Amino acid sequence: MLPFTLEKVTSVQDAIAAASSGRRFIAGGTTLIDLMREEVEQPDHLIDINMLPLSEIRIDGSDLVIGALARMADVAAHPDVQRLHPLIAESLIEGASPQLRNMASIGGNLLQRVRCPYFRMHDAPCNKRTPNSGCAAIDGLNAGHAILGTSNHCIATHPSDLAVVLVALDATMLVRGPRGERSFPVEELFRLPGDTPHLEHTLLPGELILAVRVPGGFYSRRARYLKVRDRASYEFALVSAAAALDVGDGVIRQVRLAVGGVGTRPWRLRTVEEALIGKAPDRKIFETAARLALEGARPLSGNHYKLELLPRTIVRALEMTGEAA
Amino acid sequence: MTVNVIGKPLPRVDGRAKITGVARYAADFNQPRQVHAVIVSATVGLGRVTGIDTAQVEKMPGVVAVITHRNAPRLPYAPHKSYIDPATGERLHVLQDDQVRFYGQPVAMVVADTPDQAERAAVALRISYTAERPIVDPADPKARPVVPEAGKQPDARLPADTARGAADSALADAPMRVDEIYEIARENHNPMEPHATVAAWNGDRLTLWSKSQFVINEQAEIAAIFGLPPENIQVICPFIGGAFGTSLRTWPHVTLAAMAARQVGRPVKLVLTRKQMFFTTGHRPRTLQRMALGATADGKLTSIVHEGTGETSRHEEFMEALTSVTTFLYSCPNVRTRYRLQPLDTGTPNHMRGPGEASGVFALECAIDELSYKLGIDPIDLRRRNEPTIDEGENKPFSSRSLMKCHDLAAERFGWSRRTPEPRSMRDGRQLVGMGMASASYPAFHAPANARARLLADGTAEVEVAASDMGPGTYTSMTQVAAETLGLPVERVRFSLGRSDYPPAPSHGGSWTMASVGSAIRAACIAVQEEAAKRPREGRPIEATASSQRDPDVAARFSMHSFGAVFVEVAVDPDVGTIRVRRAVGAYGIGRVVNPRLARSQCTGGMIGGMGMALMERTVLDTRDGRPVNAHMADYLMPVNLDIPPLEAHFVEEMDPHVNALGVKGIGEIALVGMAPAIANAVFHATGKRVRTLPIRIEDVLTA
Repeated sequence: MLPFTLEKVTSVQDAIAAASSGRRFIAGGTTLIDLMREEVEQPDHLIDINMLPLSEIRIDGSDLVIGALARMADVAAHPDVQRLHPLIAESLIEGASPQLRNMASIGGNLLQRVRCPYFRMHDAPCNKRTPNSGCAAIDGLNAGHAILGTSNHCIATHPSDLAVVLVALDATMLVRGPRGERSFPVEELFRLPGDTPHLEHTLLPGELILAVRVPGGFYSRRARYLKVRDRASYEFALVSAAAALDVGDGVIRQVRLAVGGVGTRPWRLRTVEEALIGKAPDRKIFETAARLALEGARPLSGNHYKLELLPRTIVRALEMTGEAA
Repeated sequence: MTVNVIGKPLPRVDGRAKITGVARYAADFNQPRQVHAVIVSATVGLGRVTGIDTAQVEKMPGVVAVITHRNAPRLPYAPHKSYIDPATGERLHVLQDDQVRFYGQPVAMVVADTPDQAERAAVALRISYTAERPIVDPADPKARPVVPEAGKQPDARLPADTARGAADSALADAPMRVDEIYEIARENHNPMEPHATVAAWNGDRLTLWSKSQFVINEQAEIAAIFGLPPENIQVICPFIGGAFGTSLRTWPHVTLAAMAARQVGRPVKLVLTRKQMFFTTGHRPRTLQRMALGATADGKLTSIVHEGTGETSRHEEFMEALTSVTTFLYSCPNVRTRYRLQPLDTGTPNHMRGPGEASGVFALECAIDELSYKLGIDPIDLRRRNEPTIDEGENKPFSSRSLMKCHDLAAERFGWSRRTPEPRSMRDGRQLVGMGMASASYPAFHAPANARARLLADGTAEVEVAASDMGPGTYTSMTQVAAETLGLPVERVRFSLGRSDYPPAPSHGGSWTMASVGSAIRAACIAVQEEAAKRPREGRPIEATASSQRDPDVAARFSMHSFGAVFVEVAVDPDVGTIRVRRAVGAYGIGRVVNPRLARSQCTGGMIGGMGMALMERTVLDTRDGRPVNAHMADYLMPVNLDIPPLEAHFVEEMDPHVNALGVKGIGEIALVGMAPAIANAVFHATGKRVRTLPIRIEDVLTA
């Protein structure tokens, strides 16, 4: 690990001022410290934001507001979260081991970096780590990589489970920067890699995530997060799906669906959602609609299986929304 | 006084030391004035080092030395091979020339005051290469199998070819046939404790605190490499944080630690990173096997053809017992085995828990299972119909063989009778449930060993052997043997191991420590009592050293093996293909059980290792440069707590008077053997899909 200086800030204002020169924040550090140890990340200065008053979890009208510094463990255990948005709790528990959940913040979770093994290897080309050096994964080992939203420069999946759920639930980001506060959908936080895969999110210089706001709705009644992987814990998703259904009079009135493990960012599936509206919630309907998720999918040498696994995971997640957790 | 402690489930005598952190592992032995070495590993898979820019790095803070092939001492590397080193080829010589033979080979070493400084300098060191594309894929058409040199002799321990009867024509004539290819991925041992060595010179004497399963061989190997008499080298390793075979050999990092310590004139600590543990510390070789069975319609085997190939390095021929079990597990008049090696541009493989047997038995036991479905015969019954009365390969009786007793016991405890035979016929809710089983076998090895026993004036005893305890509980079980033989309570016996100046012991692997070291301790304890009977004590310690080995006449008369049976239940999700082991029951015939608590722990640990082999473990190499892409604990999957279901291990009563005076056969390896085929067979029963490639992953059963 390279030496770095650490600056502790106690107010949001100070944090933003300190970061305006392009310096970076550190919260739980569960991704950043790991990557600094391997010298993939080499910041010379970090702004410790752990003392900022941003860990509150509260209800505001029908919305759930989660402070950016709330820990994964605290959010998952929060009674309002469990009552109103059980799939947020589910995705957090599935998303990391207890030790990591105790440390990792919600803001950091959304900004965590990719798990492509080549990203962590100094001796392999990686456009994300070293712009314009090439991508070792496209012609290398890519069983875990994305089939949606890829480019000729990067094929890494976005690793966050929580982000998939938040994108499905139409959650919004609340951020503040040198030019004030703004709010936008969580989905718009993430960039597609295109030809600039080193640029991963849309935060402006000096902007700090304050909170995530999750609108209330039908989700609590029929919503599930399904994460498919080769072992039961401590592994990123091969494919995951967050699904919420609102069924009335025997037909689907509303649906929210997003998937992980397949896209270069958390992948909302609006065409699948539209195909389900007004239909009866049965397996045949789910299967037909789920095939639409493959629109534009580009499989690589090692991940053809995701073309099969993705629709199956969607179908299963939709079915599970009608089952008890 | 009689003390009956053999057979008692004593807790570990070293348990408290381990959980309180008092137990010291190799990297805990910090020395005064110590500096830290970090290895720089090659980033090409084949080629030459053309330039190393040491000047910048030498100026970095804390850097004491940068050692490369240009300034490293030319080491004598005198010939030395023990039985755990490959019989053919030559070990990797480190920093002696500019050649890169495989990705990750050490090409330089940085020594600095702190580990951080050394790591930083190692990352900063710029090395240029000329590189060619290595051949690391056994399926590469340019990869050619060879006949292993050491297997060519007719009396070879691991013969390249064996035959009885006329297996090929019998196969062609058989009314029922199974003829399939089975493939097993490369695996790395991945113990918790990384390889570590602290090296300190005093003149031309060297002390190594070094993680080793074979301290006397580490002593002999380093002596040969540095051209010193072995008595100048002392190797110390009282505790091992898991090894599974990776620390049997003395790998290049030990040489490098000693080299660095000599070069800088200070003690040096060298700890491998997790990533480096995928480079030069061995691995279970990837294997490809053809298993062909011929049988009559009523399930009598008429032919077995087993052809297996394992990967090895270009510079050494690593051999393992891939085809051995096939020659004696079942009765069959016509059996042919063939074992080949495929040299690749990679590091040398080595023994990993159940070496050879685990891979070979996977192919055999899956094929037998396939045959049982073709014949419509229950798989236990099929095995019973082919139960031999003698070892038909060696043409000798077994010293003891409890295979069918194991099957009966395990089947009963498992509830095999509740199984419906048709694939995909059992469900639990949505989940497809499958039950599978397999036989297991591993040789009851025994090697010459020595021990020293000392009776002290205060009525306590000390016992010393240059043995190791990588986790099975050697400290405890040997204390029990000594206590029982001496007639002392266990609290009054202190057993020490892990020093090369103790009486020599064989390598701590191959499931022979209990038999070999235990027998030597028993002999030393008897000897010291005889000594005590001869003369009055007069307050002085009385000491005796004794050795033991298996009676060669008995060894020649009997075939000696452990046998076991493993039963597994899996659940496979029919939609998304997740495979979960729900429970497993093993029964083992391993002679006398010295400590049932430890033996059960050994067995459940081995079963978990087998789960890893069956469903998760796979070291993936990038064929462009030979790099292991998943050299990381997050990417090299092994079972975690949530994966591990209830596991049961049972032991059948087995008195074997022939194996050794203690009647013990060993247990470490057999506990892993058999688990992978039982799981694969259960997956087939659950899904109707036969997967012949390990590990079986979601993508393999998705289309079932």
